[in-house]
Amino acid sequence: MLNQFLLLGAALFCIGVYGVLARRNAVMVLMSIELILNAVNINLITFGAYHGDIVGAVFALFVIAVAAAEVGVGLAIVLIIYRNRHSVDFDDVDAMRG
Amino acid sequence: MLEYAWIIPLLPAASFFLILLFGKRLPFKGSELGIAAVGAAFVLAVVVNTQWFDHVNEAEHAGSEEAAASVEGSEGSEAAAEDEHFTVEPITEEVTWFQNDGLDIEVGMLLDGPAVMMLFVVTLVSLLVHVYSTDYVAGDRRYTHFFAFLSLFTASMLGLVMAKSTLQLIVCWELVGVCSFVLIGHWWEEKANSDAALKAFIVNRVGDVGLLCGVVTLYFASGATASERTFDILEINTRALAGDISHTALLVAACALVAAVMSKSGQFILHVWLPDAMAGPTPVSALIHAATMVVAGIFMVGRLYGVFYQGLSIGISTVNLLAVVGGVTVLGGAGLAFVQNDIKKVLAYSTVSQLGYMVMALGIGAWTAAFFHLFTHAFFKACLFLGSGSVSHAVHSFDMRKDMGGLRKWMPHTFWTFMIATAALIGIFPLAGFWSKDEILAGASQLGGNGNYVAFMVVGITGAMMTAAYMTRCVYLTFFGEFRGHGHPHESGPRIVVPLWILAGLAVVAGLANIPRLALWPDSFELRFEHFYEPKGAYFPSVLPSFAAPEFSPGIALASTLIGLFGIGLAYMWFWRDAGPQHLTERSRVAHAGYTFLVNKYYFDHLYVDVIAGGVKGPVARASNWINQNVIDGVVNGAGRLSLVAGRFVYDRIDQGVVDSVVDGSGFAAEGGGQLLRRLTSGKVQQYGALLFGATAIFAGVLIFVV
Amino acid sequence: MIAQNIFFYLLATLIVGSALAVVTTRNVVRSALYLVVVFAGVVGQYLLLAAEFVAVTQILVYIGAIMVLMLFGIMLTRARIGRDVQLTHDHWWIGLVTAVALVVVMGYALIDKFGDDALPRDTRIETVAGSNSATVSDALFSQFLIPFEVVSVLLLAALVGAIVLARKDRA
Repeated sequence: MLNQFLLLGAALFCIGVYGVLARRNAVMVLMSIELILNAVNINLITFGAYHGDIVGAVFALFVIAVAAAEVGVGLAIVLIIYRNRHSVDFDDVDAMRG
Repeated sequence: MLEYAWIIPLLPAASFFLILLFGKRLPFKGSELGIAAVGAAFVLAVVVNTQWFDHVNEAEHAGSEEAAASVEGSEGSEAAAEDEHFTVEPITEEVTWFQNDGLDIEVGMLLDGPAVMMLFVVTLVSLLVHVYSTDYVAGDRRYTHFFAFLSLFTASMLGLVMAKSTLQLIVCWELVGVCSFVLIGHWWEEKANSDAALKAFIVNRVGDVGLLCGVVTLYFASGATASERTFDILEINTRALAGDISHTALLVAACALVAAVMSKSGQFILHVWLPDAMAGPTPVSALIHAATMVVAGIFMVGRLYGVFYQGLSIGISTVNLLAVVGGVTVLGGAGLAFVQNDIKKVLAYSTVSQLGYMVMALGIGAWTAAFFHLFTHAFFKACLFLGSGSVSHAVHSFDMRKDMGGLRKWMPHTFWTFMIATAALIGIFPLAGFWSKDEILAGASQLGGNGNYVAFMVVGITGAMMTAAYMTRCVYLTFFGEFRGHGHPHESGPRIVVPLWILAGLAVVAGLANIPRLALWPDSFELRFEHFYEPKGAYFPSVLPSFAAPEFSPGIALASTLIGLFGIGLAYMWFWRDAGPQHLTERSRVAHAGYTFLVNKYYFDHLYVDVIAGGVKGPVARASNWINQNVIDGVVNGAGRLSLVAGRFVYDRIDQGVVDSVVDGSGFAAEGGGQLLRRLTSGKVQQYGALLFGATAIFAGVLIFVV
Repeated sequence: MIAQNIFFYLLATLIVGSALAVVTTRNVVRSALYLVVVFAGVVGQYLLLAAEFVAVTQILVYIGAIMVLMLFGIMLTRARIGRDVQLTHDHWWIGLVTAVALVVVMGYALIDKFGDDALPRDTRIETVAGSNSATVSDALFSQFLIPFEVVSVLLLAALVGAIVLARKDRA
């Protein structure tokens, strides 16, 4: 049973990776990052249940909190980019090109 | 003191440097340093001699005790006392000079009988010559320089006599040669003098080739491996006498070394430099060309006597190279002395002749006789030379026929010392020459194989007669008759006369050092020279049965004295009484031809200069020049052209083509690679993310699947 | 266990399907709503794993706050709402390859290591007063006090940062 949960987490993670790499819209990329974080959470809770330790749940809580903070700041950045370039297409964000 | 005898050569060596550096500023212009050094060396040499006598006596007592213990009864001690079969260990000191993979070259001091004797002779004669020179070369343009090189010569000669290895011998040999060159050419402003110096040096060089060949042969023959081979004189002699060195090698080495003796000791055929060397100042002639340097060759033969004894089979043959060379020199030198007008040249040829005696003595196996003759000859020949110097000081010339005659009236001291020394040279009883020359003649008749060396005895006796005759001629032309020169000759000062008397005195008593066995005096006076100075050990041929010391033969002694007196008588008749075929050479063409032959010194100079040197100079030089210009230069030029072509090729094809294209290619590759890699830095975050995750996946895969 | 298994697979299918929809759909808002479904499914998984407090927190924070934030972001960036919008790169296959590689590697590793392990039948956490929340809070305020405070500060920083970043420039 353990395996299935972990595999679920792995699958979710990889879908999230795909989303990060393939999507053009900045907000969609952030959403894919959320998918990744959820996968991590599933993993943590699963192992917490496996070992009978509450630490898994506690860490998951921390992850949720950090994810919230990250989304906040990330969206703020996206807003600024949009304000400056009037587009949130990642293909246009290549000022670091060299 | 015996262990420290190596200080003795260092004293004159130090004075050489000091005189060169400070001599001109000293009150006596450096001569006081030279005299002090040589004087100190002489005192030390006397001390060394005394201690050496003690050393020999101790060895004798130890030896006779052993012999008495091993042989029962009184028979043993008698035999021991008579035969003197004890071993005297030479005193040696050595330090390692350099080492190289088993080859160990050492320098050191070898002190045994002949060395001790030579120390005494060299320092004494050098001291007397130093004192004499302070008068003779006073006011000379290079006074200080003269004394410096007298010191250097003394030091080198002393080093030579104490040399422990043949290498050291060569070094000191060359040094004395250099000093001879410098001193002969002391007045080099005159071309004749510098020519004479060059002749001396170059002819000695020819003989030195023989020396080097001999030493090298002995080195390689002395052992099979580098650690067995040795330059050490004692070792070489011991091995030669024990039969460890092949006879052929010894013969070859001995013959090569004979060439060295020929040049250094003025033997025929390389004697030609010695008469010309009289161009140097007379003290130089006395010291170097009469008493010390020329005997270096004799000394060398005596040092390596084991090699010669075995190599030339001296003990068992009736003729050998050494004896022949010596014998020829005796007669040749004596012959030439008859036709000289220059007093120094007479004495020079006399020296050549007497050196011939010594070499002949060594050749017939009479080692002690040779060295004893060396000992006595040093004294009376030096006295003769210094006497001739005194005469020249008075008449300012060396030409007997033109500027001398009847000098005994004005120069009594010079006259009497000259007469004493002449008598010693001729061999009148009981002066020194009598004893030493007779020992040689006795040896010629007693030693050797079947028939002994009788031929050389005849040669020796003939030489004695000739010696008597030409010395009488010389004395007559110088001191008797009418004075043919100019001015008023007068006796020389004390610094010249006193050394003359000292040497004359030694010429009288030196012969008593080796009084032969007669019943007239106690045993302990007999043969002292032989007792103390002849080496006794495994390194000297006395260990061989064929070696023997000549017994005094009254018959031969009487015969040679009578013949000597006969020679004097002949000369007396010719010169004082004008008897005999006077002016023969003007009347008879044969006699004139013979006279011309003698005057031209047997045409040796012509042979060397015109035939040998001229032959090489002309065709050989032209041929070498042709080879150099055409063959060698052709090769060099060809090599140059070849490298030019090769260089051009390398430049065009290889440098421009290959190397540059490689360099350019790497540039292009770098640029292309850069262009490719440029695409990685697109500035797109997702691309970076893709790279990140992709790399992670790959590494993780590697980690899991492979490792 | 059968019920647990069935529900797990149901929820898993839901989650994976919705996630795929999130990353492939061309409608931004639809993508956000599919994400909400994913979150809900995950909540169900948490409940299956007896982590009630986390499940509720997930609902509150993720669905309640984060998704609203996302929607606001979509609105504020005036993403074109409609179907004819290119939302995926031209080189999307790079991402696919990477993701597939990752899932293969991770899957292999997981099966290899944990293939035979099973979750325990009953959770064996030392509960406080039999309540999950109590246990969590107990651990949070004693063992993990400092991380808790740090997270508070982090949230504060994020708050302040977001405000500073997003306000209009005084041009």
